[in-house]
Amino acid sequence: MTKSIKLRYFAWVRERVGKPEEDVELPAGIATVGELMTWLASRGEEYAYAFENPKVIRAAIDRAHVKPQSPIGEAQEIAFFPPMTGG
Amino acid sequence: MTTISTVRIQREPFDVAAEAAKLTRGRTDAGAVVTFTGICRGAENGEPIAALTLEHFPGMAEAEIERHVAEAAQRWPLIGVTVIHRYGRIEPGEDIMMVVTVSSHRQAAFKSADFLMDYLKTRAPFWKQVDKADGKIWVEAKAEDDTAAERWTRGKPEAAE
Repeated sequence: MTKSIKLRYFAWVRERVGKPEEDVELPAGIATVGELMTWLASRGEEYAYAFENPKVIRAAIDRAHVKPQSPIGEAQEIAFFPPMTGG
Repeated sequence: MTTISTVRIQREPFDVAAEAAKLTRGRTDAGAVVTFTGICRGAENGEPIAALTLEHFPGMAEAEIERHVAEAAQRWPLIGVTVIHRYGRIEPGEDIMMVVTVSSHRQAAFKSADFLMDYLKTRAPFWKQVDKADGKIWVEAKAEDDTAAERWTRGKPEAAE
């Protein structure tokens, strides 16, 4: 059973992927944010480029920061972005 | 105590003095006001810049800063806190963001402002681009900011309240 989820991209992650957001059908077996990044990287050149160094990519589930090992669970929206430079 | 807290994310400039005055007006218990303003410098890594462009995650920026403010209000006795962060194109000399904290005694106002800035620098979803003559470049996050934020983990000397 697949799950539909909204993905959002910011800053240079967005630039490399080529779009600010998309809805995807998550294949079965993708349980964590880290696994999602691995799967995304396999979807095409632009994704491989965006996620080439997963250690610098940060993620938020439903607008709260999460770690790569966090479960996706019932997430509606997952955002990926570089380390922040506000303030 | 109940802390009056305001968090705004906006394109427009703000007035730090007016925001601070809003928090103290009519009160006799406010003994300390601390304000911090972050300003756009004219150079990044030694090179002149034309402007900064700030991208943000609408919805999460407010929520994340509100979380930080709520934590500050739990850790220190604060009468009021206001955080305003701009986004969009910002030129050298212009204000980027501000924090004002109000308390009865100065330690809470100083420490909470310092805490809020360290957390904001590392966790608020904003990303800066430097506008130079030959194009835009993303500013990289600094390791010193992560180190500064770690100071506030409870149990460490800096966090002593």
